[in-house]
Amino acid sequence: MARPFFRRRKSCPFSGKDAPRIDYKDVRLLQGYISERGKIVPSRITAVSGKKQRELSQAIKRARHLGLMPYIVK
Amino acid sequence: MPLYEHVFLARQDLSQAQVDALAEAATKIVEENQGKVVKTETWGLRSLAYKIQKNRKAHFVMLDLDASGAAVAELERVTRMNEDVIRYMTVRVDAHEKGPSVMMRKQDRAERGADRGDRGGFGDRPERAPRAPRAEQEI
Repeated sequence: MARPFFRRRKSCPFSGKDAPRIDYKDVRLLQGYISERGKIVPSRITAVSGKKQRELSQAIKRARHLGLMPYIVK
Repeated sequence: MPLYEHVFLARQDLSQAQVDALAEAATKIVEENQGKVVKTETWGLRSLAYKIQKNRKAHFVMLDLDASGAAVAELERVTRMNEDVIRYMTVRVDAHEKGPSVMMRKQDRAERGADRGDRGGFGDRPERAPRAPRAEQEI
């Protein structure tokens, strides 16, 4: 079938077995889901599921509060 | 009783002994309120992502608690008044992590992560380009 702009949907990196647990202490993991400027990357780019994206953003915000992650990178 | 994780940040110019004393004091408050401190983890002096009350670094301590809400409220009240503690956070968890947390496992993770270093981040969302003309059909 001809589907010019078709791209296979990536699956959520936090679903399925042996997926990493989302934890505000795991800065290295969370770092992968913020932009160079420190903003949270939308799930349509990272393919994180809606449920996990909510958990993820909560974890990032907690890490920011504790000074583990930046609010903005200038 | 519910389970909590309590993390607090102590000022950078405290000595390790003073930080341990703070953790000790926190433990006492919890125990006086019929709670238990399951585990105490000292993450040491870490640099902060941004300055907090003019501190560039801070001593991090995490306590895993099994205590009532009242005990946590009392702990937070005392912590708030202590000027050596620059930030704290208490989070309720369903289960405590067994063994050391990610912070303590950092060392053995360092080399594993190295091969991913050249992968760029996602970056901020760029300006939208005008819509490209429709490509020829492909499979």
